[in-house]
Amino acid sequence: MTIQAERPAHRERPSSGKPVASDRMRAEARLGQRLVAPAIVLMLLVTAFPMLRALYLSLFNYSLTAPDDREFIGLGNYGVALSDPLFWKTTGVTVLYMVVTVGFELVIGFAFAMVMHRVIFARGIIRTSILIPYGIITVVSGFAWQFAFSFQNGFVNNWLPGISENFNWFGETTPAVIAIMVSEIWKTTPFMSLLLLAGLAQVSEDMIEAAKVDGATWTQRLVKVILPNMRAAIMVAVLFRALDAYRIFDNIFVMTAGAVNTESISFLTYRQTIEQFQIGIGSALSVLLFLSVILIAFLIVKIFRVDLADARQEK
Amino acid sequence: MATHDGVTSRAPRNQVRKVVALSAGAVVSSMLTACGSSGPPTLNWYVNPDGVDTLTSLAEQCSTADYDIDIQLLPSGATDQRTQLARRLAAEDSSTDLMSLDPVFVPEFANAGWLLPFEGEAADAVTDGILAGPLDTVMWEDQVFAAPQWANTQVVWFRKSLAEAADLTMDDTVTWDQIIEAAADNDGTVGIQANRYEAYVVLINAMILGAGGDIVSDTEAGKEAQVDIDSEAGRKAAAIIQKLADSDAAQSDLTVSNEGTSLGQMYPDGGAGEFMTNWTFVYKNYQDLVESGDLTKDDLDDLGWARYPRTVADQPSAPPVGGIDIAVGAFTENPDFALEAAQCVTTSKAQEALARDEGLMPARGEVYDSPELSEYPEGLLDLWQTSLDEGGARPKSAYYALISGAVQSVWHSPTSVSPDSTPEDSAEFLREVLDGKALL
Repeated sequence: MTIQAERPAHRERPSSGKPVASDRMRAEARLGQRLVAPAIVLMLLVTAFPMLRALYLSLFNYSLTAPDDREFIGLGNYGVALSDPLFWKTTGVTVLYMVVTVGFELVIGFAFAMVMHRVIFARGIIRTSILIPYGIITVVSGFAWQFAFSFQNGFVNNWLPGISENFNWFGETTPAVIAIMVSEIWKTTPFMSLLLLAGLAQVSEDMIEAAKVDGATWTQRLVKVILPNMRAAIMVAVLFRALDAYRIFDNIFVMTAGAVNTESISFLTYRQTIEQFQIGIGSALSVLLFLSVILIAFLIVKIFRVDLADARQEK
Repeated sequence: MATHDGVTSRAPRNQVRKVVALSAGAVVSSMLTACGSSGPPTLNWYVNPDGVDTLTSLAEQCSTADYDIDIQLLPSGATDQRTQLARRLAAEDSSTDLMSLDPVFVPEFANAGWLLPFEGEAADAVTDGILAGPLDTVMWEDQVFAAPQWANTQVVWFRKSLAEAADLTMDDTVTWDQIIEAAADNDGTVGIQANRYEAYVVLINAMILGAGGDIVSDTEAGKEAQVDIDSEAGRKAAAIIQKLADSDAAQSDLTVSNEGTSLGQMYPDGGAGEFMTNWTFVYKNYQDLVESGDLTKDDLDDLGWARYPRTVADQPSAPPVGGIDIAVGAFTENPDFALEAAQCVTTSKAQEALARDEGLMPARGEVYDSPELSEYPEGLLDLWQTSLDEGGARPKSAYYALISGAVQSVWHSPTSVSPDSTPEDSAEFLREVLDGKALL
């Protein structure tokens, strides 16, 4: 009787979703909350305050050099930003940076993850060397690639076939955007491969063995077994990198300083706030940047049905 | 064993604590001595990296028993210098005592309340005998906000042989149209600064002033300033830029040209050389090339100079005015010392040293007669002096950065400039930017 009575309860648990809370679990949850409380307070201080302050400042027409002329204009700055073609142009460029770099990083990063996962000799050295670019500061990476692409003293023009020795990569939009993307991809692909390696390690060897025994080819094993089983890890990697890539700034700042239409939305914000001292419109742009990052995160999570808990193997 | 382990592991930790406490104490006490009353206060002077050797010795000479002056280097770009100083002053930094400011930033900083005005005797001392061009740059709302230290102006530099071949008399009535035609017809070029940066605005502003107009007026009204660029003068300036861009006299790097790019075109491997509008440093630059053997004495003798070209034939030109002014930070803890030091580093003697050793020309008229400047040709010194006296500054506005940025945005690239649309478009855009209705 007791065994029979327990069974349905046990079977119900996964379907109802929530486990029945016991005293011990509630106490544990309370302890958990108390343990993270200091971190949350600190986070609120260092992130929530500046965010709310930016939100407040974005409602003013306010120039740092004319503090007396500051006036409240409500949502006027948002209207200006959203109706300005420059805003949409830089948003377009930013989306292009994001889509292309994340795309390349996903493919190359996956190849690197496979290498790191399967390599049998000199494992430490190979893994370390793949990760080196990620340890380099983005500004340094930007300068390094700027020198590489420079037609005066760089090597890219000499190495690439079909490119004239005097070709100025930073003179026009398309080549300049390519140069910026190369630096960005080079620098952050290791991060992508690290996230993917974690996903790869989750795929059970038994399933791959079973597929092999059933006569599945290498491609079939990749497409039908490995990739579906690490979908959550892939999506987390894409999510993290997409949010990062949307805020691209350093490489543009170093390589073109925003010239020839290579400006991203972060750079536009920087120019209004730091260079033009237009605190009001600059804050409005930061708020819009923040909202678009949230929107992208929401879209990726919804469209690809990413479950962060799933990726962390909490289920 | 456990207690024993505990004791041994605690002992070094205590030692570590002692060392940390001792070193922290040492750091704190050394900091206290540094800011304590035992020594005289230190005034920080933020300088742009031009003529730092002479500035350093000026700082030493001007240090007194009451205070020491310390040099702090700013970045090399004018925009970066402005940004760094503004960040400090916006945060009311009390350690920014003295600063070297590009003249266009004086109204902006003064309007923001970041500069201490010079009053009474101090104002008289720093403006006494200053040429009209540089004097104008330190005034804002009828107060003196900085002390002119050195002044810069542009003249047209040219190859005498090229002007002779074109049969062009290079005096102060020469026009832009004449030099563009002379260069195009005689295998020469015209060198200007037309990259998307501040010096391109210097050029546009000088051309418009030369035709009796201006980019904006009534600038003390801040954002309500009058936009005048869409005028006959603006159209004339656009017509000259269009003429140059379309002519054979245009240099191949016209759209990205700066002060340095056209220097080499004066003595090219092929061709007759150039007419080039550029700052005063050009003379010393070519003179140094003779010393290093890259140019011959004959080459240098072929270098001519004349007053900045006229925009229209019947009106004198308005040569650009630049240079460096010394301002005192509004939040300094030692305002009296700082004002005194600002006067000391801008005396005639100081300006003489900067001109002699660094090629940075004086803002004060009498210094041009000093025997220390005898290595410069007589006529050149007179020309610079006249240019600074009759030159025209860029708009003096608290929103100068916006004005400059808006002009650059529409007038660049020079190959797209047209008298029919550029002045009108830039006036519209400038109005929108000033009204906060367009992003820059």
